Parts: sequence; C-alpha cells; structure tokens
Amino acid sequence: MSDQTLAVSADPSFEKRPSIFAGGGQTIDHVFRAGLIASGALVLVVLGAILFQLFIGGWPIIAADGLSFFTSSDWNPVTDRYGAVVMLYGTVVTAVIAVVIGVPVSFGITFFLTEVAPVGARRTIGTAIQLLAAVPSIIFGMWGFFVVAPLMAEWVEPVLGAVLGPIPVLGILFSGAPMGTGVLTAGLILALMIVPFMSAMFVEIIESVPPVLKEAAYGVGSTTSEVFRHISMPYGRTALVGGMMLGLGRALGETMAVTFVIGNANRIKASLFAPGASIASTIANEFPEAGPGSLKLNALLELGFALFVISFLVLALARWLVRSRLD
Amino acid sequence: MNLFNRRMAQDAVLKVVASGLALMVLVLLAWILWTLFIRGLSALSFSVFTQPTLPPGRGGGLANAIIGTLIQVIIAVVIAAPIGVMAGTYLAELGAKSKIAGTVRFINDVLLSAPSILIGLFVYQAIVLPFGGFSAWAGAVALAVVILPVVVRATEDMMRLVPGSLREAAFALGAPHWRVVTSVMWRAARAGIVTGILLAIARAAGETAPLLFTSLGNLSWSFDMTKPMASLPLAIYQYAGSPYDEWVALAWAGALLITVGVLTLNIVSRLVLAGVKRS
Repeated sequence: MSDQTLAVSADPSFEKRPSIFAGGGQTIDHVFRAGLIASGALVLVVLGAILFQLFIGGWPIIAADGLSFFTSSDWNPVTDRYGAVVMLYGTVVTAVIAVVIGVPVSFGITFFLTEVAPVGARRTIGTAIQLLAAVPSIIFGMWGFFVVAPLMAEWVEPVLGAVLGPIPVLGILFSGAPMGTGVLTAGLILALMIVPFMSAMFVEIIESVPPVLKEAAYGVGSTTSEVFRHISMPYGRTALVGGMMLGLGRALGETMAVTFVIGNANRIKASLFAPGASIASTIANEFPEAGPGSLKLNALLELGFALFVISFLVLALARWLVRSRLD
Repeated sequence: MNLFNRRMAQDAVLKVVASGLALMVLVLLAWILWTLFIRGLSALSFSVFTQPTLPPGRGGGLANAIIGTLIQVIIAVVIAAPIGVMAGTYLAELGAKSKIAGTVRFINDVLLSAPSILIGLFVYQAIVLPFGGFSAWAGAVALAVVILPVVVRATEDMMRLVPGSLREAAFALGAPHWRVVTSVMWRAARAGIVTGILLAIARAAGETAPLLFTSLGNLSWSFDMTKPMASLPLAIYQYAGSPYDEWVALAWAGALLITVGVLTLNIVSRLVLAGVKRS
C-alpha cells in the first residue's frame, strides 16, 4: 500500500470518498469509525432513555388524574392525592430570585475581570471565582443551613421586613415571620451558585468582542464603563441572554443546596420568608417514603419529567442563543 | 457638575461597584472555606479515616464512606471515560459538518447541565427497579452518566486544539485514520483529555443527588457491588440533618474532606490546562 498515491488529506470530506486502501488497515479503520459513531450515538441514547424512563414512570398519575396533576396544589400522601403546583411555584420563584440577583452581580464581576482588574491579576482572580463553582452543592446546602439561615432569620429578614414590608403590594413578599429557611434563602444560595458559572461565560463572550469596535468607541472619548455598556454588552447580547438562560437552567434543577434551606413545606405563601418546596427538593425529600409501585412514586417521577421538560427547553434555548453568536 | 465630570464620576462609581462585587464573591468563597476548616478540622481525627460509621454515642468515622466514594467513582470513570473519549473523538474527527454530529454536540451540552437528581431517578427506574434493589452498581452507573458529557466536551475541545499540520503530516505518511487518531491526535491532546477526566471525577465525587436513589448509602462496611454502598456526600447528607451533635460534627469533617479533595483536583487540572492552552 505504500507505493500507492495517497489521496488522503485533512479535507473533512475525504471520509466519503471510496478509499484506495485495501487490506487489514481498512477493516480496522471501519471498526474504529463504527466505534466512534456508536459512542456518539450513545450520548443521544442516554438522553432519550432518561426522557423515556421518566415519562413511563410518571404516566400512571396522568392516566389516573389527567392533567389536573399540573393544576392542583393539593399534595397529600395520606389521601394519595398529588398536585404539582406548589413545587412548580417553588422551583420557578427560587430560580427567578437567583437570576434576578445573580445576573447583575455577574455583570459586575465580568466588568471587573475584563476591564478594571490589573491585567496580571485577572487570571488568578477569575480562577478563584471559578473555584466557587467547583464546590459540591451539598456544601452550599450545609453552609446555607448552619450559617446563612440563622443570619437571615436574625438580621436580614427582619430588616427587609421593616424596610420593604410597609410598601403596598411589594411589601407582601417581605411580610411574615423571619424563619431563616425559606424561598428567599434558597434563592440567595442559588444566586451564589450560578454567579461563577454565568460570569465565566460572560467573560468569554465579552472577550470575543472585536478590539476595533472598542477602540473606535474609546477614540470618540467613551469611558471604560460606557464602552462596556454600549459596545461590548450590545455586541454580545444574544450570547449573554443565552448565558443567563444557562444560569436559570442550573438554578431550576439544583437539588441538595435547595433541599437544605428551602424549608420543605407543601404550601404556597405570598411571603418570600416562608418555607416552600421545589421539584428537586420534593423528590429528594419524599423519595424514601415512596415505595415501588406506589402512586406517590409515580407522582415523584412525573415531577421529575416536568423538571426535565422545563430545563430541557431552557437549556436548549440557551445553547442555541450562545452558539448562534460564538460560532 | 458638567457632563464630562458626571460621566467620569459615573465611570468611577461603576468600577468601584464592580470591584466590590468581585470582592464580595471572593469573601463568600473564603467564608465557606473558613467555616469548613473551623468546623471540619475540630471533628477530624485519626478514627475518621479508620472507623466505619457507628451508632450515635460510639464515636466512629467515615472510612466506609471514603472507600465507597472511591470505589463508585473509579468504576464510573472506567465505564464513562472510554465512551466519552470515543464520542468526543467522533465529534472532533468526523463531526465537522455533519448534522447528526451537531445534534450529538447539542444533546451533550444539554446533558452537561441537566439536573443531576433526574439522573438518579432515571437510574432508579432503569436499574434499581428491574434488578431488585439499591446497589453500588446503580450508583456507579449514575455517576458515569454525570461524567460522560464532561469527558465528551473536554475531548472534543482538546482535540480541536491539536494543530492541523500534525494531522496532515500523519496522513501524508500513509497512516490509516485510526492510527492518526490513536498515535498522533490522542497523544498530542493527552494532557488536556486527562485533565478533562480529572475535572469530571471532581464533579462526580461531590454529587449527592444521583446517589440518593441508587446506591442509597450504608452504615457499615460494604465491598459488595450488588448491595447498597456508603459514600461521602450521602453520609454528609444523612449526618448533617441528624439530631446528634457527634454526627453533625462528622458531617463537617466529611464536608471538609470532600471539598479539599474536589478543589485540589480542580486547581491541579486548571494549572495543567493553562499550560496546555499556552503551548
């Protein structure tokens, strides 16, 4: 085979051409490529299998109650009645709090890391912030439960209640007894967890802004923050929105940290201080009491299916937005 | 104040606020680590590493949980790393313009951020129920699903960093595709792929949610892969919520161990990766 002319190149379309090689190397090549393709396909199979198993697992509750599972707020294992509204509410509210607090903080950190910090220190500070994203979520849960929740009950929530409580409408959110564990604490812990993740993406996006655009803005006399707000951010806005959605996706599905601090109460209260429940925390908490074949197990699996669909949509939209800008 | 002064003042204020926010996040990181060291170190003793978990009032340690985490994570890596490297290679080598590869890449990204508790539910449905009970195998498979997308992503990224001329030179020598990949591409990207796997290990070792309904946890020694097995994150979860001070202290010791382990793996990986990207 060595005296043949080698029509092999880095041209990606070469795989499709009929090969000039014959013999052993060819067979190995076919087997090797089949192995690569099979491994790639397995990724699709895994996601499909997760979707399928959760759908099948939750089907009995839909077959029994119809879609009222998603409109009922009654979650009562004693009477075997299950509704998902409380958990859907808790999941969405904690994730929204996390994003509302996390996004401005992430933009601040991005501005700091790309424009303000001394060039030599940027990588070190960026890495330190990234380390926060590597801390296991159960650690956030423990720290939140033992350290943050008491502080919330004693200081933060009473002050918020006194300052914001008297405001009409908005004040309802900050009324009620300061418990420490509750929806607000869960949202704050989630915000801290998604900030390193979002700011890493934001930094990457902002760094991809063509220097020529920024220099042109500096040339007409813009300040650093004006360039950041009026050039860099609008240039990367699609990808930045995608990054926020990725953060939202993370916050929606976070389990251990939320389970520790949300308070785990199956009811909806207007106050953010009150304990609640998210889909993930309910699954983690109630699973030990749900035996095989029980309707409660079906209800938990259906909750899982709902969480899967919600996060899949959010993540898919996010990836599409991020890719369409960066690639 | 004229317009110029106002703009300069606004710029200065925003810079100070941004610096303050960065500082705040660093302080929170330091606060978490400080809490772990203060509460964890005081509970850390020799018996934590030698004794299994015991009923309250009898001391005990976390040895079975540490060993359980090691066993399950190692098996998960053995399952997921080869598949992940192959799938990543598929994306880098054969997936430049193909629609299917685009779908695989997209689905892998979704899997990368999917809630880990759903992986636990999935493995419960797919393995625990059909095979008649909680087992360390189920836990290892759940962790493998956590590891897989991380390795796929790292492998593709790292193989794309290999200069095209290396690849072309190998093809020019008449090497078949599989040889180009195994002897040139994988070798050139080796450091990056290995650190990707290390990062995946760090992520899997700290995961609690996928193990809740799969390996369940175990209060005594167990090396039987078909039986429930202890792991550090599960032990922390069970002990942190217990009413016994002794167990809560052990939970802090476990939290310190797992965090130090995970962060060390992360820092080492990042240092290696930074070297790879620079060269």
